[in-house]
Amino acid sequence: MAQGQLDQLRDAKKRQAPQDLVGAIPYLEFVGVTVREEADGVLLCRLPFQDQLVGNPTLPALHGGVIGGLLESVALLQLIWSMESPVLPRTINTSIDYLRSGQAKDTFARGRITKQGRRVANVRAEAWQDDPNKPIAAAHGHFLLG
Amino acid sequence: MASAEPQNTTEPAIALEIIQQFAAEIPFLKALSASVETIERGRCRLSLPWQEHLVGDTSTGIVHGGVITTLLDSASGTAVFSVIPRVMQIATLDLRIDYLRPAMPNADIVAEAECYRLSKNIAFVRGRAFQESDREIASSLATFMLASSTL
Repeated sequence: MAQGQLDQLRDAKKRQAPQDLVGAIPYLEFVGVTVREEADGVLLCRLPFQDQLVGNPTLPALHGGVIGGLLESVALLQLIWSMESPVLPRTINTSIDYLRSGQAKDTFARGRITKQGRRVANVRAEAWQDDPNKPIAAAHGHFLLG
Repeated sequence: MASAEPQNTTEPAIALEIIQQFAAEIPFLKALSASVETIERGRCRLSLPWQEHLVGDTSTGIVHGGVITTLLDSASGTAVFSVIPRVMQIATLDLRIDYLRPAMPNADIVAEAECYRLSKNIAFVRGRAFQESDREIASSLATFMLASSTL
């Protein structure tokens, strides 16, 4: 029998192998997200550009849903990574500001937990391409823990 | 509630067939195997079959939020295209989604959006995603900026 998703996530955490989190989440594998840990326990997601991720072929620009999904994902992954005993949080809601058009290049994203309560966590996330100081989108979301 | 019909009936609008073709050619919608169900003035409905590779939670088969976000963003944007007077770029300013209940596995997901107010510069859109005709899984609010220049 295949290993349960929660066990996979906990294993990834135990082995300090953030990329294995992605391996446990089919959608993230499908869009091609990669993840690594920066020095201070902060995860950095990277979404390599692919033609199929485009929403507006005339510009071309990444689909807003791809960017929104990346921001939600980095928030979830950061939560999982920060929990002592990880659960898969449930997204209650997300609010995404689109700041610049996502060009046909790799996109990066990082999340910051602004508050982690017993049942709900608030996370902010930003996505950028060339310069972290020029985000293409920013989001905040509420997540139900367990 | 009424959609944002073009105010003046003499105001030109983009032919719905053109918008339909446009929406059907969006690469990421194609990658998700999503399809355009209906487009009316001010409204758009998209749908997507459940697929294993779109799952976020494998213990339950619930699709990832990015999929719902994509459907609602595209349905919302397309609803805006159906009421603007001419082809122009539009940009999503913000998109807020509430996840009302988990999406069941093995059931199509339908997203529909309605542009309920169109001002000179901004379009206001609400949307919802559901399964099996009335099981709401998400609701959304979005605003779009209309470009000042024509294509």
